[in-house]
Amino acid sequence: MIVYLVRRIGQSLLAIAAMATLVFLGVYAIGNPVDVLVSPDANQAEIEATIARLGLDQPLWRQFLTFAGNALRGDLGTSFVYGRPALDIIMERLPATMELAFVALVISVALGVPLGVYAGLKPDTIGGRSVMAGSILGFSLPNFWQGMILILIFAVFLGWLPAGGRGQTVELFGLRVSFLTTNGLTHLILPAFNLALFKMALVIRLARANTREVCLQDYIKFARAKGLSPRRIVLVHVLKNIMIPVVTILGLELGSMIAFAVVTETVFAWPGMGKLLIDSINLLDRPVIVAYLMLTVVIIITINLVVDILYSFLDPRVRLSEVKA
Amino acid sequence: MNSYSTSLAAGLIAASALAGGASAQQLTIGLASEATSMDPQFHNLATNSQVRQNIFESLIAQDALQGLQPALATEWEAVDDTTWRYTLREGVTFHDGTPFTARDVIYSYCRVPLVENSPSSFSIYTQSVTAMRAEGDHTLIVETNGPNPLMPVESSTIAILSADAAGAEEEVVFNGEGCEGMGTVPQATAFNDPAVSVGTGPYKLVEFTRGAQLVLSRNDDYWGEAPHWERVVLRPITSAGPRVAALLSGDVDLIESPPIQDLPRLEQAGFNVVDTLSNRVIYLAPFQEDEAPSLTGTDGANPMTDPRVRQAMSLAINREAIVERIMNGYAEPAGELLPPPMFGTSGRAVDPYDPARAQELLAEAGWPDGFGVVLGTPNDRYINDEQVAQAVAQMLTRIGIRTQVDATTASQFFSRRNNLEFPLYLAGWGASSGEMSSPLKSLVATYDREAGMGVTNAARYSSEELDTILREAMVTIDDEERSRLLQEAETIALDDFGILPLHYERSAWAMKPEIAYEPRVDQYTLAFAVRPADASAGD
Repeated sequence: MIVYLVRRIGQSLLAIAAMATLVFLGVYAIGNPVDVLVSPDANQAEIEATIARLGLDQPLWRQFLTFAGNALRGDLGTSFVYGRPALDIIMERLPATMELAFVALVISVALGVPLGVYAGLKPDTIGGRSVMAGSILGFSLPNFWQGMILILIFAVFLGWLPAGGRGQTVELFGLRVSFLTTNGLTHLILPAFNLALFKMALVIRLARANTREVCLQDYIKFARAKGLSPRRIVLVHVLKNIMIPVVTILGLELGSMIAFAVVTETVFAWPGMGKLLIDSINLLDRPVIVAYLMLTVVIIITINLVVDILYSFLDPRVRLSEVKA
Repeated sequence: MNSYSTSLAAGLIAASALAGGASAQQLTIGLASEATSMDPQFHNLATNSQVRQNIFESLIAQDALQGLQPALATEWEAVDDTTWRYTLREGVTFHDGTPFTARDVIYSYCRVPLVENSPSSFSIYTQSVTAMRAEGDHTLIVETNGPNPLMPVESSTIAILSADAAGAEEEVVFNGEGCEGMGTVPQATAFNDPAVSVGTGPYKLVEFTRGAQLVLSRNDDYWGEAPHWERVVLRPITSAGPRVAALLSGDVDLIESPPIQDLPRLEQAGFNVVDTLSNRVIYLAPFQEDEAPSLTGTDGANPMTDPRVRQAMSLAINREAIVERIMNGYAEPAGELLPPPMFGTSGRAVDPYDPARAQELLAEAGWPDGFGVVLGTPNDRYINDEQVAQAVAQMLTRIGIRTQVDATTASQFFSRRNNLEFPLYLAGWGASSGEMSSPLKSLVATYDREAGMGVTNAARYSSEELDTILREAMVTIDDEERSRLLQEAETIALDDFGILPLHYERSAWAMKPEIAYEPRVDQYTLAFAVRPADASAGD
């Protein structure tokens, strides 16, 4: 077990180091921030002072070494635009994104699993078919378009919900959250639903496929033969068994949901990290872009690591096969 | 869609009439971009400037046409070529109740170069000042290192802070050697705190939540005309679609820069749309040195060094068609670098559309079969920029100059443009000073890094005559004489077709029918200038 753990953590650190190099080089290859930052009225002395202050006069390898050295100490650089540590600026925005992602996760499970099981149990009914057709829409329509349509219907035509922003927040354990106030909740519903749509479609398809598979298993047949009520069969035997793959996939998808809520946050003017990323890209604020990407890399790799470790506990075959290989 | 939007309009008007009583004292504005800091001296950027003017004022203000108006200074005059006298307004108090005096002005000017990590410093507007001294509390003498006719304009960009709230010593001195008595200078983040963010403006800072909102409350002791709204919320909504949706759904009362294709629909739905000519000209710049990149069919020569070729390009462009078809009328064909009658314009006629004459000129210049050129353009910086470039490319191709558009995002475009990667590019210039020396100095003066001339002249146009006249204009204090010199310098560049103006953008605002806003050429959205549509409504 310990061998497996050490190996797995080592792999994760290696992946983070490789990503740091790629991200840094990639971001530093585009454009020249000075052209965007400095007022066009500025003279050469101003421009050169800015270049020197931002460290852009150094050769790339030295900039990289400085970055890598600072990153090891947890310092991901100072934002060109805000003049403050990039990580601080992102951390300010993190709670808003986390909240959005978690609510979206809850929505996608709470709606996705029942719908998927229903479609799996009754695959040939009109209801089952419409659920599947709906999930195709969830997959194939672009996220921003879904967001705009949600705004158009629920904010503009019906006027039930606000079109964007975060609304009122209250403090909970030192973090500002909006799901505890009515006003905040109304602001949360549309963006969370928008973010959930794709994952929900994924959950529906996964749940349906697994339900159909599980229903053909001997233990279901046996349960039926024993005369258990259909309700008990579905709630206990089917649901338990389909949840394993659903939880695995959602664990992995949560990372990408946090990292890539960009589109939803932009459409709904949600003050999270994704919107910050877009604004930073437009301003070529390299330290913020790099810090953001590094943070998402670390989040995703950590989630992967945790999922793998949990798996190895649940299913010893995983770690045994790895050790042998 | 029509019947929908009519019923939508009816619904919205009914809804806002109902809500009128409760929210009449609050104004919510959807801004297209967010201020990067609450420190009014941190970042020289229009986005920050329009926000800070609610809280911090300058000695001089710019009105909707960028004319200079008294603000914290009631009068200003040049005593001689290098000395200015400002008479300061009496009876003005800061938000914390302390009176405004010359000491605050000296402190504010002294602080500008001391702001750390500024992405773009305001010191370009203060570096000509060598000393300041107070004659009593309300007279200020300013000395400059040479004649600087733009001194009043530059005063309108510097926010005046409260020396006391910032922690200055009893006496602040600004003489030839620098500043003394500054105490510990607060840095940008300190200004998120309303106790430090103390100005004399019509609004006080209540709360700034980055990315979400900025809340202001009315300064009831304001010296000037009191603003109408008790509370103002400024919300950054950076994407155009969601900004329009926020207005339609009643989340916000007013939005800036709505997309022009949505304007007819907004008007149909009963919203107020106002627009005005902006100080921004969209222009084409043909590269004018011998070695031009990305040209084809020229055997290494650069035909665009010949003024006749550049004139042909100008005549080939149907500016009316671009304005009507691509800009939906929200632009005006341009004949100059700044829309007349702004300071230093000459009222020059727009170049006509004459493709036949253009072809003749090309033939005369020795290029009867034309040549191939790449047209660089940003695709997210100016209104419909890429579409305009595509239209220009087709028009040039029609007279034989085979033009290929290379459109990229603004941050990429500006870097590549400054590296001289484009033989021809489309860009825009907004004269923040509201007068002609700004575009002349940056766009057509001979490129000179050290002197800060021609910094944006990536076409490398150069005329010694223009440089001489412009240099003279920049040290001429007399307004009439300076205006004449600027006109003369501009005429040289335009006669040479050194730069080809296309159109002036119009900027628009959309708002609920109950409120009114006077559109501004500098495109600023100033909360205190938003009024109820008629005086009886709204309260």
